[in-house]
Amino acid sequence: METSDVIQLALIGISQGCGYALVAIGFVFIYRATEIINFAHGELMMLGAFMVLTFAQIWGLNFWLSACLGILSLGVFGYLLDAVVMRRIVGESQAIIFILTVAIALMLRSLAGIIWGWSPRSLDVPFMQDVQIGGIVLGMDRIAIILGTILLCALLYWFFSRTRTGLAIQASSQSQLAAYYSRIPVKRLISVVWAIAAMVAAVAGLMMAPVTQVDTGMSAFGIKAFAGAVVGGFGSIPGALLGCLLIGLAEPFLDFFFPAFKGVYAYIIMLVVLFIRPEGLIPQTFAKKV
Amino acid sequence: MSALLDVRNVETFYGPIMAIAGVSLAVNAGQIVTVLGANGAGKSTLLKTISGAIDCRKGQVLFEDKEIQNRDPDVVAARGIGHVPEGRDVFPFMTVEENLLIGAYGRGDRDAVKRDFETVYQYFPDLKTKKHDRAGFLSGGQQQMLAIGRAFMGRPRLMLLDEPSLGLAPLLTQTIFQIIRRINGEQGVAVLLVEQNAHAALEVAEHGFIMEVGRIVMDAPSPELMASDDVKEFYLGQSSEGIRGERRWKKRKTWR
Repeated sequence: METSDVIQLALIGISQGCGYALVAIGFVFIYRATEIINFAHGELMMLGAFMVLTFAQIWGLNFWLSACLGILSLGVFGYLLDAVVMRRIVGESQAIIFILTVAIALMLRSLAGIIWGWSPRSLDVPFMQDVQIGGIVLGMDRIAIILGTILLCALLYWFFSRTRTGLAIQASSQSQLAAYYSRIPVKRLISVVWAIAAMVAAVAGLMMAPVTQVDTGMSAFGIKAFAGAVVGGFGSIPGALLGCLLIGLAEPFLDFFFPAFKGVYAYIIMLVVLFIRPEGLIPQTFAKKV
Repeated sequence: MSALLDVRNVETFYGPIMAIAGVSLAVNAGQIVTVLGANGAGKSTLLKTISGAIDCRKGQVLFEDKEIQNRDPDVVAARGIGHVPEGRDVFPFMTVEENLLIGAYGRGDRDAVKRDFETVYQYFPDLKTKKHDRAGFLSGGQQQMLAIGRAFMGRPRLMLLDEPSLGLAPLLTQTIFQIIRRINGEQGVAVLLVEQNAHAALEVAEHGFIMEVGRIVMDAPSPELMASDDVKEFYLGQSSEGIRGERRWKKRKTWR
């Protein structure tokens, strides 16, 4: 293996990790705000990709407009998912919540299959061409994922630490009752968190679409993102980013050198980390703000 | 004149268990009123029922002549009730300043908010020096100050204080109570104070209620309560001596 190959694999891995990270951030947002682990998050990502596909290729709208519409529609969907369904099970046992989110995941996947068909479709994005930098060939789509993730993380960091709504969301996740006493409409803000998480997932779906194709199997991506979040220490945003990058980065190399277990390395890494460091790489305790 | 807060025959349940069995009390504007009682008497539940954290099954809560029972707590808070919860409950990962800012959530008057920051720092100079520290790293007393400051930032007309002396050294308790009295006097905020520390509470309060197992068993102006034999014995820890000089452990409370 030459250096350029290593760099290429590493860049592919990082971009993959960024994709996982976008989904994992959503997991963590929802978990911190409501203590619900949303196993339907991969499905939200899939839905996002399908929505963009619908706007762009079935309705024939301009790509960027379709992207915005797709992301917004997922925001509305996430908001309603909480306001109509999830809000009702607050306070139920984890088992019930788990079953509900898995059921939603299955329903969304079947629904998507019925509406858009079960065979993979490709989404044409304007950032498809390959770039060559000193012997390394890299797809623009990969670079777009990395840049998009950095931008989005910066935006989210700004939102949660600088804006009033962001601070109020932080407050609600730290002490719900005290937030209520401070006039914060906690229920509505939790729905907003769902909307944000769904929109971030939609961005992930949109950006991974050129790499993975759009189909119902895309939702499996969510499980790997979940593994990344666990590796990082569930509930911590920097942990989720780190865990996902780690998994994304390790995958192509492990697949390359030991192809026997291709595709399951994310889970193997999760198991190993859980054995060595059950609290995750960056546990949630006093480590971080957002 | 009708009372600022008027609680009428409220009954609150935890599942099948009745925690408050028909409580009525009133707080006038600008007044400090205390509710005393032992653990489990239902004092905190009463405050939570007033601020909407728990729904009551019967009765009414009127604030400024409007019914507020069984509303969401954020709605009740917006009406002008600031609840300082038991155990402070500050936002641990946020700085002191951010905590206070959250206290002013939902207020549009930015200049007034800025002035209120100064007011809070003037009451609690400790908070000013720690304003960029995380609330979780503050001492218990400072957290209590922060919790009071946070509620004050909402500019309430009534503050509900749930055991502000809990776990604090006597000297610190005194400081906190002095500031409660100052906030009441200087800002005209009425206070409903729930306490186990009967002595400190009766010193600042105008009127007192005594709660036992979900009922109000006594209610009188503070000086009168302080003079009452039952209160002295059971809440102030003073004992009257029997004829043979021994404590009458088995003396019955007159309200039973």
